Amino acid sequence: MNLDAAPSILGAIVVTMGSMAICAGIGIIIERFAYRPVRQHSRLTSLITAIGVSLLLEYGGQVVFTANPRFFPQMIRSETYTVGPVQITNQSLLIIVVSIILMFGLEFIVHKTKIGKAMRAVSHNLSVAKLMGINTDFVIAFTFALGSALAAAAGVMVALAIPKIDPLMGLMTGLKAFVAAVLGGIGSIPGAMLGGMIIGLMETWIGSTSYSTYRDAVAFGVLILILIVRPSGIMGSTTTEKV
Amino acid sequence: MSSAPAPVSVLKVDALTKRFGGLSAVKELSMDVKAGALYGLIGPNGAGKTTIFNLLTGVYSPTEGTIVFKGTSVAGLKPYEITKLGVARTFQNIRLFADMTVLENVMTAHHIRSRQFLIDAVIGTGRHQREERETRDKAMELLKIFDLDSVAGELATSLPYGNQRRLEIARALATEPSLLLLDEPAAGMNPQEAVDLMNLIKWLRDEFSLTILLVEHNMKVVMGICERIQVIDYGKSIALGTPDEIQKDPAVIEAYLGGA
Amino acid sequence: MSLTRKVIYIAIGLVILLGLNQVFEHGLGDFQINGYYARIVNLIGIAITLAVSLNLINGLAGQFSLGHAGFMAVGGYSATYVTVFHGQQIAGLIGSSLGEVAGSALVMPISLVVGAIAAAAAGLVVGVPSLRLKGDYLAIVTLGFGEIIRVIILNIPAVGGATGFTNTTPITNFFWIFSMAILTIIIVANIRSSTFGRALSAIREDEIAAEAMGINTTRYKVMAFVISAALAGVAGGLSGQLFANPLNPQNLNFVKSIEVIVMIVLGGIGSITGAVFGAATITILPEALRDVDRQFPGMRMVIYSLLLILLMIFRPQGLLGRKEFSLDWFRRKKAAPAPPAAGGDTDV
Repeated sequence: MNLDAAPSILGAIVVTMGSMAICAGIGIIIERFAYRPVRQHSRLTSLITAIGVSLLLEYGGQVVFTANPRFFPQMIRSETYTVGPVQITNQSLLIIVVSIILMFGLEFIVHKTKIGKAMRAVSHNLSVAKLMGINTDFVIAFTFALGSALAAAAGVMVALAIPKIDPLMGLMTGLKAFVAAVLGGIGSIPGAMLGGMIIGLMETWIGSTSYSTYRDAVAFGVLILILIVRPSGIMGSTTTEKV
Repeated sequence: MSSAPAPVSVLKVDALTKRFGGLSAVKELSMDVKAGALYGLIGPNGAGKTTIFNLLTGVYSPTEGTIVFKGTSVAGLKPYEITKLGVARTFQNIRLFADMTVLENVMTAHHIRSRQFLIDAVIGTGRHQREERETRDKAMELLKIFDLDSVAGELATSLPYGNQRRLEIARALATEPSLLLLDEPAAGMNPQEAVDLMNLIKWLRDEFSLTILLVEHNMKVVMGICERIQVIDYGKSIALGTPDEIQKDPAVIEAYLGGA
Repeated sequence: MSLTRKVIYIAIGLVILLGLNQVFEHGLGDFQINGYYARIVNLIGIAITLAVSLNLINGLAGQFSLGHAGFMAVGGYSATYVTVFHGQQIAGLIGSSLGEVAGSALVMPISLVVGAIAAAAAGLVVGVPSLRLKGDYLAIVTLGFGEIIRVIILNIPAVGGATGFTNTTPITNFFWIFSMAILTIIIVANIRSSTFGRALSAIREDEIAAEAMGINTTRYKVMAFVISAALAGVAGGLSGQLFANPLNPQNLNFVKSIEVIVMIVLGGIGSITGAVFGAATITILPEALRDVDRQFPGMRMVIYSLLLILLMIFRPQGLLGRKEFSLDWFRRKKAAPAPPAAGGDTDV
């Protein structure tokens, strides 16, 4: 299917779904072979493992695909709409709409379905969840699949907006996604969306001023300011340790 | 009462209240613990005993009320500041330094009595070496009292449960307190171990001239050694008196037998 | 150990280091050390300073910091700035110049002290707000500060901005690198075996219990963080003046911080011996893999990351755990086990 020659919405959906499925599979494999063995160890161990996995994927991609950037086919023909002083491309509009849909979808899964309830139980207390008869291995694997699929969707959207792709394209984006999640409050889905919005808008705004060279520092600056005021993020709930 | 001069108050708590959201864990609590007392704090599960300990040691700061330790108001101070003034505690769910040896656990608690500066340690001055020796000797002495000197080099968490509880007391004593707070020290011990521990606690009080405040679930144990007992239920004080008075108090009987 | 013995040991140590330095720089008779190997040995020395200093905060105090490259950058740029812009004046005070031995022997320690102070100040600014946070939050915030430091340096034209610091005079040598590495090891080892080290370990094991034992946890975490940053600054000052054009903000990003983390995790987080071993391994590894990496760019990082993952799965405590190299390893075979003791002193 040559998307460049014949851009189509159907093609875009197939490509996105395909990459989400592939990444969900990769997520399950990574969980099984990298995270599950370290699950009973300290949080630090999982954190270091996560850093390792992230670097492995990025630089592994560089070994396989080389570091040269490639052009991402334009799946949707670009059009610009003008409403008064506001100009927006159909691609940007699509990205906003799709991410809102995904956010509500995720909210629905986490809060309204049985597997979502199990996910929250596992997050709250793994061993108790296990005692309650929840298949925790399955729930965690499912969570990884879901998270990886969503990351794949995000990757396609980034490529849609900036059609030059390379294996390290996710390095800064992924880092800033983590920043956005912490900023919004880990565990809160609307919080993560809000965090992402704040960082995106701040970066764009700084980029348009004479301080544009400080663009890469903005996400971190905002994060630090928020965490000083609210150590658990904007919408995160504080948990106090039982003494 | 007797003709001897009345002992001074070591700990005076007045109208102490702690609210978590809408829930009052401790309500209008007053306490007066005299010097040298062995004071028991009892009550059914979830009555708020541990919360009281956490308030007294600065883990939580009170919503209302005052806590005065030896004439100094300690309400709202940080835990380490309160410990420095001479209040030490143990924990209901043992909190030893897991990856450190038995000896190191006790030596660590002596840190606040250290008078050396960082530079002394970095260049290894005479003061550093002298203090290190003294700290070690003191820690070994404490371990001997608890019969733990033979396992000084073992990891703290490798000890059996009962010994971990005793090590916590040794560690608390290393901070050189005048008021010692014990949170269910006999939990998980068999009756004989519990009796031995109670005798040891009595002995420690006299030997180190301590005032001891004790939270205990095991009625028998508390009745056996405490001279004064306060009963807490739903965060409120419902009775205060000698063991005999407490055993006959209808409110106490109600709380322990009726509500359950 | 008495004062006189300490002085004698220090003197002997300095003489040995100076002798080795002479061999390194000028050879011994017909014997010349291959410049390539000499370079690697020097890089190992700097890596040791970095890894052992990071171990103080990450291993001993248990506070996972991911901003070490930032402090290295602050120290490196400050130290190099002193040498580039004031080096000739300072050397002139004793009637020498930067090119001469006496001149560089005066400028080097001054620049390193400035680098350490600047990095310590940065450590204080970063540490006070960050160290209230724990775990993932602390990691991401320290990483963030490291990146902010890097972006700020990028925007200072006086130190070269994005192109890096040019026109530096390479006055770092074997002597300075290894005296600083040994100094770092002694400082960290002595803190660890002291009451301050026990306080830091207690914070790592259980912060609530540590507070209840009277330890001001915030103060000690900040203290460890500042010392760690200062020593990273020294490492930066050394590496900034090792080659003619070595400082570049692009090389001091969070990937560099992760590299130092890999060093201490590999050797065993908390172990000084482990950190030294890790520093040497992670410095030699890319050199050994140079050909592979040239053929498949990115292979070096793939091997790092695989190493990290496999270590976490099979040996999360690192190769050495918390064990330390000590002379007891040899003594124990002869004598019966020593009475229980909580680690000896390492005297200066």
